[in-house]
Amino acid sequence: MTALRFEQVAGARGGRALFADVSFDLAPGDAALVSGPNGVGKSTLVRIAAGLLAGAAGAVTRVGDVALLTEAHALDPERRLGEALGFWVGNHRALPALDALGLGEMADAPVRILSTGQRRRAAIARILASDASIWLLDEPANGLDTGAVEVVETLIAGHRAAGGIALVATHQPITMIGATSIALGGRP
Amino acid sequence: MIPALILRDARRAYTGGGATLVVAFFLLVTTLFPFAIGPDTALLARVGGGVIWAAALLAALLPVERLVGPDLDAGVLDQLAVRGVSMAATAAAKMVAHWLAFAPPLMLATIVAAALLDLPVATLMTVEAGLAIGTPGLAALAVATGALVAGLRGAGAIAGLVMLPLAIPLLIFGAGAIEGGPSALKLLAAVSLMLAAGAPFVAGAAIRAGMD
Repeated sequence: MTALRFEQVAGARGGRALFADVSFDLAPGDAALVSGPNGVGKSTLVRIAAGLLAGAAGAVTRVGDVALLTEAHALDPERRLGEALGFWVGNHRALPALDALGLGEMADAPVRILSTGQRRRAAIARILASDASIWLLDEPANGLDTGAVEVVETLIAGHRAAGGIALVATHQPITMIGATSIALGGRP
Repeated sequence: MIPALILRDARRAYTGGGATLVVAFFLLVTTLFPFAIGPDTALLARVGGGVIWAAALLAALLPVERLVGPDLDAGVLDQLAVRGVSMAATAAAKMVAHWLAFAPPLMLATIVAAALLDLPVATLMTVEAGLAIGTPGLAALAVATGALVAGLRGAGAIAGLVMLPLAIPLLIFGAGAIEGGPSALKLLAAVSLMLAAGAPFVAGAAIRAGMD
C-alpha cells in the first residue's frame, strides 16, 4: 500500500512561517501539483513530505519508499556519470535509466562536464531507476528543454499508472492529468 | 549503502589528492623542526615523538572542511536520509573512510619523519603503536568537527578552533606513551575509543541540524 497524507500541515524555515493548513491525501496512482511564486515554501513542503524537515504543525503520513529530486543533483562531479548514478541505484539500473532520459551516450563522461539540464536529467534518471513508490520532485522542469519536460511528464504518468504517487513542486507549467492542485501563496 | 559510502569517500580522498596533501603537509611540518631546533640529534630524538604527534594532529585537521560540508551542499546527505540511512551511520562511515584515507599513509610517512628526526627504532615503534591506536579518535573528532562547521562561513578556521582543544587528550597520551609506556597507550586507547563511539552521534545530530 502506498499513501502520502498531509493533515493541516504548516511549514516554516528559519523561524519564518511559510504556509499553514495544507491537507491532501494521495492514494496509488494519484499526483499533486504544488505551485506558487518563489519563496512561498514549495521546497519546504517537499522536504517535509520526504521526512527531511518536521512540519511546524499538523501530521504527515507516508507509506512507501521515497525518491527525492531537489535542486542539488548529488552526483560526484569527478566520477563518470554511469558510476556516479550507479552509486545510488546500482550499475545495472543506471544505464537503462540514463537511456530513458537521453543520456546513454554520456554515461562515460565525467559529471563535471555535463550541462545544468543534463545534470537535471541525470538526477531524474535516479528517480526512475529507484524502486520508490512515492516520487517527490522539486522543480523537475528547471533547466530542461521542452522535449525533456515532455519526457518527464511521460515518466510521471507511467509511474502513476504503475500505482505510484507523485508530488511535484514547480513554478513552471507541467502537465499531470487529474493531479490535485496545491496553490501556496497567501501568508499563513 | 554504508560500505559503498566508505569506499566512495576513501576513493575520493586518494584520487582527489586529499591523502597526498595530508602526507605532504605532515612531512613538511616534521621537516620544519630540525631547521628550527638545529642539528642537535639528542634533542631531536627526545622531542621527535611529540613533534610527530603534533604534525599528525594538524594533518588530520587539514581535510576537515571537505569531510561533510560538500556532501551537505550537493544533496548527498538528503539522498542518504530518504533511503533510511541514519545520519549517525553516515557519520560513522565517513569516520572509517577518513581514517582509511589519512592514517595508513601517515603511519608510512612517520617512518620517513622518524629518519629526519633521528628517532631511535624503539621510539618509532611506540609512536607507530600510538598512531594506530589514536588515529581512529582523530578521525572521529575530524568528522564530528566537519559536521559541526558544515555550511558555516570560514568553516576551515572555525574547525581548527573547535578540533584542536578537543584533541589535546589524544596528544598528551599519544606523545606521553613514548616515555610513559603501556599505561599511556591504554589511556590513549580509552580516549580514542570514547571519541570513536560518541562522535557519530554528535556528528549525526549536527548534520540533521544542518539539513533543517
